[in-house]
Amino acid sequence: MGGAILEKLNEEGLQKVAFKERLTLLGLTLPYLIFVAALIIIPVGWLFYLSFIGRDGGFSFENYERMTKSRAYIRIFITTFKISILTTLICAIIGYPLAYFMSQLSRRWASICMIGVLIPFWTSLLVRTYAWLVLLQKKGLINNIALDIGLISEPIKFVHNTTGTLIGMVHIMLPFLILPLYANMRSIDKDCLKAASSLGATPTRAFWTVFFPLSLPGLTAGLLIVFVLCLGFYVTPAILGGGARNHGSDENFQ
Amino acid sequence: MNFKLIKSAGSYLTIAGMIMAGTIANADDTLRIVSWGGAYQKGQSLGIFQPAAKAMGITVKEDTYGGISDVKLMVKSGADKFDIFSSGAGNCASGGAEGILEKLDYSVIDVSNHLPGMYSEYCAGADIFSVVAGYNTDTYGDNGPKTWADFFDVEKFPGTRAMRNNVGAQLEAALLGDGVPMDQVYEVLDSEEGIERALNKIRTIKPHIAVWWSSGAQHAQLMKDGEVDMTTGWNGRFDVAKEDGAKVAYHWQTGIMDWEGYGIPKGAKNKDLAMKYIAEMMKPEYMAEFAKYITYGPTNGKVYELGLMEDARALQMPSHPENAQHQLTLSTEWYAKWRTIASEMYTEMMTE
Repeated sequence: MGGAILEKLNEEGLQKVAFKERLTLLGLTLPYLIFVAALIIIPVGWLFYLSFIGRDGGFSFENYERMTKSRAYIRIFITTFKISILTTLICAIIGYPLAYFMSQLSRRWASICMIGVLIPFWTSLLVRTYAWLVLLQKKGLINNIALDIGLISEPIKFVHNTTGTLIGMVHIMLPFLILPLYANMRSIDKDCLKAASSLGATPTRAFWTVFFPLSLPGLTAGLLIVFVLCLGFYVTPAILGGGARNHGSDENFQ
Repeated sequence: MNFKLIKSAGSYLTIAGMIMAGTIANADDTLRIVSWGGAYQKGQSLGIFQPAAKAMGITVKEDTYGGISDVKLMVKSGADKFDIFSSGAGNCASGGAEGILEKLDYSVIDVSNHLPGMYSEYCAGADIFSVVAGYNTDTYGDNGPKTWADFFDVEKFPGTRAMRNNVGAQLEAALLGDGVPMDQVYEVLDSEEGIERALNKIRTIKPHIAVWWSSGAQHAQLMKDGEVDMTTGWNGRFDVAKEDGAKVAYHWQTGIMDWEGYGIPKGAKNKDLAMKYIAEMMKPEYMAEFAKYITYGPTNGKVYELGLMEDARALQMPSHPENAQHQLTLSTEWYAKWRTIASEMYTEMMTE
């Protein structure tokens, strides 16, 4: 009997504590919520509203009609997605092995490698993009050297096309994939792999059945970040892509 | 403790108040002007913007911008970024037609000495420039493309090309290249079929167009680096690039003469001062000074009357009668009427 009362009191106390805790959490997230509402939800909502206002100031779908009718806009959408998907895939192919390699090193060597990944971050995006232009253009460093040592007889067209855009974008996006992936791989318990081996799995099998699935959260996060950033990327495609305005974010400015 | 807090809060408020008062007082004699950057804006800044600001005792802050679409974006979104912009006459006319510009007050701005047609309702002409076909003299020697027909002839003149990523003066070049006589270019362009004809001409050389340039600084750099063998572009940028050692030349036979001027975005905060400042910038001495930095001719006829420019320099200007006789003059009316449609069709062609 007395036990039941105590239990009830305890429950009430716990509920009070839980409520207080939720309130504190809400209080802590409040600045962020205000920030998001003021700077993202309201402006984006306003933009959404404006998209339904026609030239004469009344409600209309004319902007959407223009978007779907014009072949140029459709092509721009397709190119934007194509470039973003390709960049994300190349980043994954280059970034995954690198992150895996780094996660297997000792902490000290991993930190040194990490500096290598992070240093490009310290350089301005514009500078890095123009640097690629200097290296890759028709009479740029790479073509000149390759011509001089007789590797090629005609300069290779690296920039002002999709190749240039991809090279520049992969270079800039790579750290965004490696950072979450590396953090995730570091936290994978190596004993799991040992357990797999002790149960007779080959290293390849242990990797694919144990390590790879455990690294998926980091990989997904990295891919998502890279892909979303690619969709809205403006500077690099504009400079290295040849300027035919076929990246969506570029067209938005017109 | 509390008293101290109140006191310090009070002093912060006083300081904040002083700063605010300062900015308000400051705003009355500060103007913000935007232009195209590179060698062009350098000439404007040293020859016109800053000397004119000094003469009036005001502060002028400069920035670069991306053209009339930036003005449209600013006005439509109610932002306040600049009071005056420097723009080609055609784009200014189309901006005026869209209602995003202030009408200029020619009782304040004196254009009585301007050359005929070198100012409009929304744009006070400041310099005359030409779009020409620039080519690499290493690639073609002295036998470079002399006409637009040559520019579009990839068999006679093999090599990579660049064109603008925006419709300005490109369609005219294409029609001239297609054999349309100079005086009929705008007649032909006065219909969607005519625009399509010009675009089809560009389509014939599209595989040879390596870059679609977006700024004068960019096409000058393309020629300096030898990235393309010929490009459409502004004569003054080519001249400056040549002085810097670029192997570039052009012929006036490819000239499409246009003029640049100053406009005021609708609802500009400092409209009256902007008007007075434009009036100041129209004086011949500034235009003569500007022409020392880049080969763009003055719109104010007084420059020649007063002998402010040396004969040798005057001969390099697109507007010199010797050079002007070969050129097509850009029609601002056409841009006011067709720019929006032609732009969309041009983008369509570029992205194909």
